[in-house]
Amino acid sequence: MATSSLIPGPEPRFRLPDPRGRFGAYGGMFVPETLMTPLLELGRAYDEARRDPVFQSEFAKLLRIYAGRPTGLYLAESLTRHLGGAKVYLKREDMLHTGAHKINNVIGQALLARRMGKTRIIAETGAGQHGTATAAVCARFGLKAVIYMGEADMERQALNVYRMRLMGAEVRGVGAGQRTLKEAVNEAMRDWVTNVRDTHYILGTAYGSHPYPMMVRDFHRIISIESKAQMLEAEGRLPDEVVACVGGGSNAIGSFFEYLDEPSVRLTGVEAGGRGIRRGEHAARFAGGRVGVLQGCMTYLLQDAEGQIEGTHSVSAGLDYAAVGPEHAHYHDAGRIGFGYATDAETLDAFQLLSRSEGIIPALESSHALAWGFRRAAELPADKVVLINLSGRGDKDVWSAARAMGVEIKL
Amino acid sequence: MGRIEDTFARCKAEGRSAFVSYVCAGDPDGPTSADILLALARGGADILEVGVPFSDPLADGLTNQLAAQRALEGGMTHEGLLEVLRKVRAGTDKPLVLYTYYNLLFARGLEASCAALKAAGADALLTLDCPPEEAGDLLAACAKHKLQAIFIVAPTTPPARIAAIAKVASGFIYYVSRAGVTGERSDLAADLAAGVAEIRRHTALPVCVGFGISTPAQVRAVGEVADGVVVGSALVNVVAANRASPGKAAEAVGAKVRELAAGLERRP
Ligand SMILES: Cc1ncc(COP(=O)(O)O)c(C=O)c1O
Repeated sequence: MATSSLIPGPEPRFRLPDPRGRFGAYGGMFVPETLMTPLLELGRAYDEARRDPVFQSEFAKLLRIYAGRPTGLYLAESLTRHLGGAKVYLKREDMLHTGAHKINNVIGQALLARRMGKTRIIAETGAGQHGTATAAVCARFGLKAVIYMGEADMERQALNVYRMRLMGAEVRGVGAGQRTLKEAVNEAMRDWVTNVRDTHYILGTAYGSHPYPMMVRDFHRIISIESKAQMLEAEGRLPDEVVACVGGGSNAIGSFFEYLDEPSVRLTGVEAGGRGIRRGEHAARFAGGRVGVLQGCMTYLLQDAEGQIEGTHSVSAGLDYAAVGPEHAHYHDAGRIGFGYATDAETLDAFQLLSRSEGIIPALESSHALAWGFRRAAELPADKVVLINLSGRGDKDVWSAARAMGVEIKL
Repeated sequence: MGRIEDTFARCKAEGRSAFVSYVCAGDPDGPTSADILLALARGGADILEVGVPFSDPLADGLTNQLAAQRALEGGMTHEGLLEVLRKVRAGTDKPLVLYTYYNLLFARGLEASCAALKAAGADALLTLDCPPEEAGDLLAACAKHKLQAIFIVAPTTPPARIAAIAKVASGFIYYVSRAGVTGERSDLAADLAAGVAEIRRHTALPVCVGFGISTPAQVRAVGEVADGVVVGSALVNVVAANRASPGKAAEAVGAKVRELAAGLERRP
């Protein structure tokens, strides 16, 4: 099963993106000329690698022995009883090494970088999960890692900053703009423009210029390949709804991909509603955004009438981003993936509910999906099945969650 | 012929390269930036690149990022930009090249943006995050409103791409002299001459070289091999240094451009 996870099949979902990197009207390669040649080279290298059985089996092996795949599909019985509706299953990406789904993509791209002869890795990080996964895998491969992180995120995710440094990565704070994920991406792209000959940029989400959205999706496809087989084994049928949180969109597209051509399965992406859908108070691109171009692709963005990118807010650093992956934009318009949002308050409620009912502390990012999924499960009858992607664990968030709930932790 | 062609023809007749200046519109405020652009024109700049401030200028180094930030904080808007262009156009006939990002054009519609910029006096667009692959709609809008479309060639651009870029470009080719973002540099790329020669194999368009040129000696050296020399960060730094007294900024930038452009005086 795992060795074929990079091979495109004949179904419609594999037809996107087109060779220009377009998902319908979205995506593309909106980057400075300096990056075009490296991106085209990356696309060719990836295309070769994904078809190479050696690369496939190395990827599958590292997912197994280093990341800890397959992850479990867990029936949350106590929670299901509490909600009194549909059965709730959790896909346990939180059990992966370094604590989130991010490592699937990092392993794939690190293998690719090594194959391309690159010796230096750069990455951006918001919550610090992608940075932590990158630091870990680079330590494992002996690659030099430089991680860009907004200074505001360094404060709210101080634990992850320390973890990255412990594993030998250099963490560079970014002080521009609102000092979060978007500024970290700008800075990583500037570094890449300057050091492109020896450096690979491990972009951490299904975003940016082609081939990133496609490549990152492919590396996370394993989530839904596993969940589909596990669900068939557990329930003898497919779930009625799959729910995932959407920052740039990597855990969501990985969780949805194998269900895209299954019309009976409803797919819902949950964005960060922050303090409500008002300018600067949220990161729900489909609720408050318009189509535009940012950081390499055409997609839905939070922007003002003049095209300046607006500030965002979310209790979770990993969803605090002004744009959404282009594949999601396409399936949004096509009506195949529905999008909603959860506010900070709803998210913190779900964070506590899962902790209390199941003894599982979820990441604040994932708690957005939980908030939505719990509400859906409560509405649906007991013969329905809701699958929620638990994209990461909440250890990193305990500090900031406590603060958001007005609890002071003294050390 | 357009202003850009005329300018290169005139410079050629004078036996020298063109001096292309870059500053950001609205830095430190709209009226002052118009005065700065006019001072550049008087001081010897042949072509005026006008940066349009964007919240996320990912192709720019720190100097230009801070300039864009100052401009946006100073209240620069699309309408403010048009005012700057109109004021500069009223005071000089030198070519105005807009240095911008795709989303700023796309937000109002590519057509409407091109129409408004042209009417305000712009001659060409250089859209930093729009390679030829994505430029179809933009090229159509530029053609319709008689704006030239300038494209960048980078040191990483292989010959086949240079040919493809030359096919869609007009005005001039902008060769970034080394991989990286904008900003002052103390050394110049050694293989500059080879890079320019490679571009000339694919196009008859003038080749301007930019990114990192900051001293009269560098201007002279680049002027030996290129049709135009672009100086940005060195001028933006002068604007930044006079932030506290905007009344003096135009004069100071004018003095700086005279000093730098002196390197391009008529060859013997
Ligand atoms: C646990 C977790 N889930 C989700 C996300 C959001 O990213 P994406 O939308 O790419 O899955 C992050 C990002 O930091 C994360 O750490």
